[in-house]
Amino acid sequence: MKRIATVFAWIVLVTTSQAQVRQEEEIRKDSTHALREVSVFGQQGKAIVPSQRLNGQQLESLSAFSVADAIRYFSGVQLKDYGGVGGLKTVDIRSMGTHHMGVFYDGIQLGNAQNGQIDLGKFSLDNVEEISLYNGQKSEIFQSAKDYGSSGTIYIRTRRPRFAEGKSYNVKATYKTGSFGLVNPSVLWEQQWTPRISSSLSGEFVTATGKYPFRYRRVLSNGTVAWDTTATRQNGDIQSLRLEGAVFGKMDKGVWTAKAYYYDSERGLPGAIVNNVWKREQRQWDRNFFTQASLKRFESENYEWQVNAKYARDFMHYLNPDTTLLYINNHFTQREAYVSTAHHVTLTPQWDVNLSADYQWNTLDADLKNFVEPQRHTLFVALASTYELWRFRLMGSLLGTHVFEQVKREGARKPDNQIQYTPALFATCYPLRGNKDLSLRAFYKRIFRMPTFNDLYYTDIGNVALKPEFTTQYNLGLFYQHEWARGLFRHFETKVDGYFNKVDNKIIAVPKGNGQYRWMMMNLGYVEIRGIDVTAQTVLRPHRDWMLNLCANYTYQKAQDFSDPTDNDPVMGTYGGQIAYIPWHSGSLTTHLEWAVRSRGKHIGNLGLNYSYIYTGERYHVSANIPANHEEPWYTSDLGISYDFRLQRLPVEKIRLSLECNNLFDQQYDVVLNYPMPGRNWKVTLKIDV
Amino acid sequence: MQLMRHLSLFVLLPFLAFFTSCRKDVEVFTPEQETKGVPQITDVLGFYLLNEGNMGANKATLDYYDFSKAEYTRNIYGAANPSVPKEMGDVGNDLAIYGQRLYAVINCSNKVEVMDAHTAQRIGQVEIPNCRYLCFHEGYAYVTSYAGPVEINPDYEQRGYVAKVDTATLQVVATCLVGFQPDGIEVVDDQLFVANSGGYMDPNYETELSVIDLKTFTETQRIPVAKNLHHVKADTHGKLWVNNRGDYQDTPSRLYCVDLATKKVTATIENAVSDFDICGDSLYFYSTDFSEATMQYTITYGIVNVETRKVVTHHFITDGTEQQIRKPYGVKVHPLTRNIFVTDARDYVSPGTLYCFSKEGTLKWSVRTGDIPAHIAFLCKMTIQQQTP
Repeated sequence: MKRIATVFAWIVLVTTSQAQVRQEEEIRKDSTHALREVSVFGQQGKAIVPSQRLNGQQLESLSAFSVADAIRYFSGVQLKDYGGVGGLKTVDIRSMGTHHMGVFYDGIQLGNAQNGQIDLGKFSLDNVEEISLYNGQKSEIFQSAKDYGSSGTIYIRTRRPRFAEGKSYNVKATYKTGSFGLVNPSVLWEQQWTPRISSSLSGEFVTATGKYPFRYRRVLSNGTVAWDTTATRQNGDIQSLRLEGAVFGKMDKGVWTAKAYYYDSERGLPGAIVNNVWKREQRQWDRNFFTQASLKRFESENYEWQVNAKYARDFMHYLNPDTTLLYINNHFTQREAYVSTAHHVTLTPQWDVNLSADYQWNTLDADLKNFVEPQRHTLFVALASTYELWRFRLMGSLLGTHVFEQVKREGARKPDNQIQYTPALFATCYPLRGNKDLSLRAFYKRIFRMPTFNDLYYTDIGNVALKPEFTTQYNLGLFYQHEWARGLFRHFETKVDGYFNKVDNKIIAVPKGNGQYRWMMMNLGYVEIRGIDVTAQTVLRPHRDWMLNLCANYTYQKAQDFSDPTDNDPVMGTYGGQIAYIPWHSGSLTTHLEWAVRSRGKHIGNLGLNYSYIYTGERYHVSANIPANHEEPWYTSDLGISYDFRLQRLPVEKIRLSLECNNLFDQQYDVVLNYPMPGRNWKVTLKIDV
Repeated sequence: MQLMRHLSLFVLLPFLAFFTSCRKDVEVFTPEQETKGVPQITDVLGFYLLNEGNMGANKATLDYYDFSKAEYTRNIYGAANPSVPKEMGDVGNDLAIYGQRLYAVINCSNKVEVMDAHTAQRIGQVEIPNCRYLCFHEGYAYVTSYAGPVEINPDYEQRGYVAKVDTATLQVVATCLVGFQPDGIEVVDDQLFVANSGGYMDPNYETELSVIDLKTFTETQRIPVAKNLHHVKADTHGKLWVNNRGDYQDTPSRLYCVDLATKKVTATIENAVSDFDICGDSLYFYSTDFSEATMQYTITYGIVNVETRKVVTHHFITDGTEQQIRKPYGVKVHPLTRNIFVTDARDYVSPGTLYCFSKEGTLKWSVRTGDIPAHIAFLCKMTIQQQTP
């Protein structure tokens, strides 16, 4: 374990990007040993508050299909999952709402100015190397201004090419199949062109019928069955294609990357299951394209800078062909252009300053009636500084955001220009003399999200008078970790955080006039959230060839709706009620057992056994916490077995075979009311690395 | 450090203990009962209140108030029909009692639910896609539906229809095409009057009432009224009262009086009207008029004298209670006591409120309901005796 200690010490000294590369190299070297310890330690470069992260083998061993599935294992987040392979999956961090979660893909934020939500179900885990989640913001300062701009942030980092000695290419092919008619082949090709330039190209195809049986059931008060009905989820089919290419370069004092991403899909929207309606016909087509580039230069010990740029075009086609309903056939095209620059100066060994400035341009075209075709220009400027003082590390940042919008249609109203300054303060302290095992931390952050184009302009519903929706976060926490060089326990870490969040000017849909088909968006909501997140992780090594990794998360949240003081009926009122879909208690447990298989003393492969458990406690689907709105807890167990081996006769590096059984006990549950989730389902994966 | 090793186990164990907190079988909803008001023994035994429930929520629910016991019971459908999968359905849009039966139009469940008027026990259902409102005449129910046959043209148009339902067999026996997106329906003598809205056709809203001759069950005439018609109800003076929603831009919501003899609009009440109920010579209305200019609602509760065709008052609530009502969504007047019932849909996603006012307009009682309380049907001794063969 000395290696890990040295890695840790080393990493504190260098910047993150370098640290990551080096850390990866260390892990790679380590992986040549029979077993590698996959627990993720607290090394975070100059980050003050550590993140939750999943990477490498952890990601591989979780029974997760998309990024959304993996994020369920983090504490403090709730996944809103409409079920199935193609179902919408968005993430709510600490109950502040899905719009407040910033999602970054290889360092640059994924945008959706239209509805402000990123469907994480669309992001495959196939090419992903690490997912990390930060509350508040990534508390290192050398980053773009937009990194300071969300209440919580998910970073998805795709695989960077790494080549074994004497090898200039990697080819990986994966084939997954299983329940829901899933067929999912993917391929990755990485090539080292020169010592300084490498590339990666990956492609993935997903097709699934999305059909699965589901069951709803009610009992009488004496326990006998009142009704019990089983049906097949229909119109949940999906076909999608992902193509992704990237070039990675090194310079004397810098690194650069350029990448392009294309995603094309057609899916059915299975819709709510209600009395007498068991099938829907709505469909959606998406074509997402973006290209982005990034350059980092380390000019000297004291100065580094980076430039990022991105262009994205997102097309969406929604069709409701159901002849009994309003026929809808709408096309939406969003465009985004983005440039960013950040400059990091180390003034003294204790004092760092970063200044970054970003500009972003968003447009939305749609064939909606009277659509105004808005354009949004946003300028972000962030000034941040860290200071080390005795056992304390402090960080402060101030983000200035200037938004102004234009509308194409003559005479249409548009929102006022916004200029907002939002601060964040982070502090951490290492109270133990001589080591950094224990740290205490605190942060405060105030940030906002802009109303989306839909909030502002959607025909009828939109309201250009909307103001930004603000969140304020206060967090106090501790982090403890320890390593042991020998013995049963090799690593233990625990994080405990308590927090208080406020969401004001919350944008909610309110009814407008007569009939429930007309709504509009208003800044009427106010929510207070009090919560505790606890994480514990340990690595046990009972034998030279056995390793057990245990990780548990628990979240308590009291998220109260204080929007309407007049609705204060103690039984049926919404005032003070727990907000929709937020459980008081939730958590997860993941275990990974790995055994180095030997034949006549020779290591021939690794057998892995994974068990993961997710628990979501009782909730209400409306902030009126009455029995009619009550949702029972749900908890699923996923079990997986994998075997990694090498066939000497074949020119392959590694073959991995895995079998997963998800929702082992076939629990029938809804995450979102009337959207049934799949019961027990299976997946087989074959992965070949050449 | 040995301590820490043990500690790590102790930290992990409570997680396991906690996670065993289990999922229970979900019980059919138990009705909730509250005493409200004082017992009243009249020929009006009680009333049913249909809560629409938000779209996709499958939360159309039925409440019942018993006048003789002064008891309000919420959510009675489940207990009365414990074996019906997925309960009553999605978005209740209209409610009526005819004979011994209670009919609930469940819009997004594409059906009319037929129940026993005394027990709310299910008798059957009539499948009508996107069904909206209903009325009855000589053993038949007439139900409006948005979902007529699709006309394949570039604009993809689809007219609505009226389904003629035999209440004995619960079968649709005939259909009659009307305008686009027909809503309210009323029967007078041998004629049906259908308020066409054109709600899906924005900005080309419908402006006319369809007149259907019941003998031939064909549309015989159109009466021009105003854009986006909603409800149509007859008074006892040979007049139809029709309100429109307007186009939410330039054309406002209003209430119109149509003379049955001349089939012409003979009066316009210059006030927005969202829904109304006619009791004797008084037409009680409310309006929630939303102005795009000010982004504000104007809420009015008024009475029109159907004989003079003049607004008698703009405030039938006289004790200031209207300040509590967030979003009036339905109005119904007790045929004998003239007590006024007003429903408040609040934010449409949480339980609403039902207010009972005396005929003078002072609050007698109020009660929390299901989500989006909207449609009330009185259960009367008289009607039952009349209809019983």
